[in-house]
Amino acid sequence: MNRINSTLDALKAGGKKALITFVTAGDPNLETTEKLVLKMFESGADIIEIGVPFSDPIAEGKTIQAASLRSLSTGKTNLISIFEMVRKLRAATDKPMLLMMYINTIFRFGTEKFFTLCKESGIDGVIVPDLPYEERNEILPHAKANDIIAISMVTPASDERISAIASRAEGFLYCVSSNGVTGTRTSFSTDFDSFFAKIKKSCKIPAMVGFGISSPEQARKMSGYCDGVIVGSAIVKIIEKYGADSVEKVGEFTSSLKKAMN
Amino acid sequence: MSNQKGRYGIYGGQYVPETVMNAVTELEEAYNKYKNDPEFIAELKQLYRDYAGRPSMLYYAEKMTKDLGGAKIYLKREDLNHTGAHKINNVLGQILLAKRMGKKRIIAETGAGQHGVATATACALFGLECQVYMGAEDVKRQSLNVYRMNLLGTSVISVEDGTATLKDAINEAMRDWCTNISTTFYCIGSVMGPHPYPEMVRDFQKIISEEVREQLKEKEGKLPDCVVACVGGGSNAMGSFYDFIEDKSVRLVGAEAAGKGIDTKLHAATLAKGSLGIFHGMKSIFLQNEFGQIDPVYSISAGLDYPGIGPEHAYLWDTKRAEYVDITDEEAVQAFEYLSKTEGIIPAIESSHAVAAALKIAPTMSKDQIMVITISGRGDKDVYSIAKYRGEDVTEQ
Repeated sequence: MNRINSTLDALKAGGKKALITFVTAGDPNLETTEKLVLKMFESGADIIEIGVPFSDPIAEGKTIQAASLRSLSTGKTNLISIFEMVRKLRAATDKPMLLMMYINTIFRFGTEKFFTLCKESGIDGVIVPDLPYEERNEILPHAKANDIIAISMVTPASDERISAIASRAEGFLYCVSSNGVTGTRTSFSTDFDSFFAKIKKSCKIPAMVGFGISSPEQARKMSGYCDGVIVGSAIVKIIEKYGADSVEKVGEFTSSLKKAMN
Repeated sequence: MSNQKGRYGIYGGQYVPETVMNAVTELEEAYNKYKNDPEFIAELKQLYRDYAGRPSMLYYAEKMTKDLGGAKIYLKREDLNHTGAHKINNVLGQILLAKRMGKKRIIAETGAGQHGVATATACALFGLECQVYMGAEDVKRQSLNVYRMNLLGTSVISVEDGTATLKDAINEAMRDWCTNISTTFYCIGSVMGPHPYPEMVRDFQKIISEEVREQLKEKEGKLPDCVVACVGGGSNAMGSFYDFIEDKSVRLVGAEAAGKGIDTKLHAATLAKGSLGIFHGMKSIFLQNEFGQIDPVYSISAGLDYPGIGPEHAYLWDTKRAEYVDITDEEAVQAFEYLSKTEGIIPAIESSHAVAAALKIAPTMSKDQIMVITISGRGDKDVYSIAKYRGEDVTEQ
């Protein structure tokens, strides 16, 4: 069984909410990313998304754009070095890890080779924000062949698309909190009751909410609507501030999120 | 040529975030509804005639023809359109559509500023709020166009990210679109992006080749033998080629920007040096590294300074229906000066790439053959940067 499914099943059985955290690979360097991933797992993260930096991340706000740039400017972050890091991480943890990346970084590398390496290195899933439902066959056959879950996303703008997407989603459904790009938000204008009511009608797998969740208080509140939360930019901001010295601080923040939710 | 999913062979598609999928679907439905609507067509035709000044002239460049000693050369004068470039053809179509879709806010990206000025113009005409994204580098080299947009009531947002050129302006416009999806219409300026944009923009620009066909029939009683246009994203070239694609006797030539030369890193010659990728909503050819990171590109021309090309061009290139040549900064500047001196027409530096390609090809053709060069825009906006390129200072004191 894919580690994403087994982890989420266990959480559900225990009546717990899932905490999914995000870090950009290679920001400020891959050694730090490796430590950050282990620290976040140790501090209560159930699943971790590792962001593969892209030169032109159109779905990201300023925080993750800047992290991608910091990572790429080291000249050392690419899929080969990231898979190497994942292999080391997989030797140290059994928890699920996903890659969050843009379709061009998969396609240009070679879709078949990419998914073979995902399986071989111990990646469990991918999130590709610029690959909508209609174009999913660009990766789906190769992902399935290697037991890698391609995570589907829905947003408040999805409307009547939600049922088609949610009913075919695997692993978990990524519910985007509000229209727009990633980044911390002080408030949300989305009507969450109606958004999640639509989702729950057709979604048979755990639903996670992400985009803009920046504090333990928000994590607690938002996890009330669904099965867990995804926190990205708020963590990247700590890394932006403390660089290689951010590991302990990210650990503390992760613990505070986990504690607030359960 | 495109099928229902907006594919041109393997090229095209709709690779955009989920947030904008309903918007592109809604746009596709609206476009399919109105493109055959007699009222919509009549309104657009009237605007083309009374506001944009169409049909644009097809001018026999006699001195240039004699000087080159080859094909008989005609210039398709898109530079004489209102706002000074072909961009207005597409913008009027999209803004009429936006109005019918009930959108109140328009965003656009711009490179040289011609699409931004055209969008700002149409928004002034129809009383719509308009915001244009422009790379900080382009804001600097096209400050005149920034001022024109401001005059027209549009706010220009200078994008500092990445290479601070057209690609980065598109990234930022897409982020805005994702955020303001319910109120905002994204008026893309070229035959690129997710379906239906490449098809819709081509349809609004194909009037260029349709007019050339009519005008040449009247003047010469035959088809052109060769059509030359410059290519960045590729809208004026697509418009110039489209009506002739099925006429196999017509040679179609696109001129890409080779900057300092395609063997340096400073160029924007996508088809010469690029590879297959998926970016800005489409599968096409892009300048990128082995890991799919998009290359910084360069051209003296802000309008051609883009690391990709529209999917239908990629298809015409792949199937060898059209050919694409590389023109350096120096060749383009020489062509800019040549057309100014020879015909009294100052072409945009973008269009000068087409003129430069024509200067090479026309002498190899026979005197009974006809070449059409699309002068996609006028060169007033470029005078300052060409002077600077030639080491002269023309700033007012």
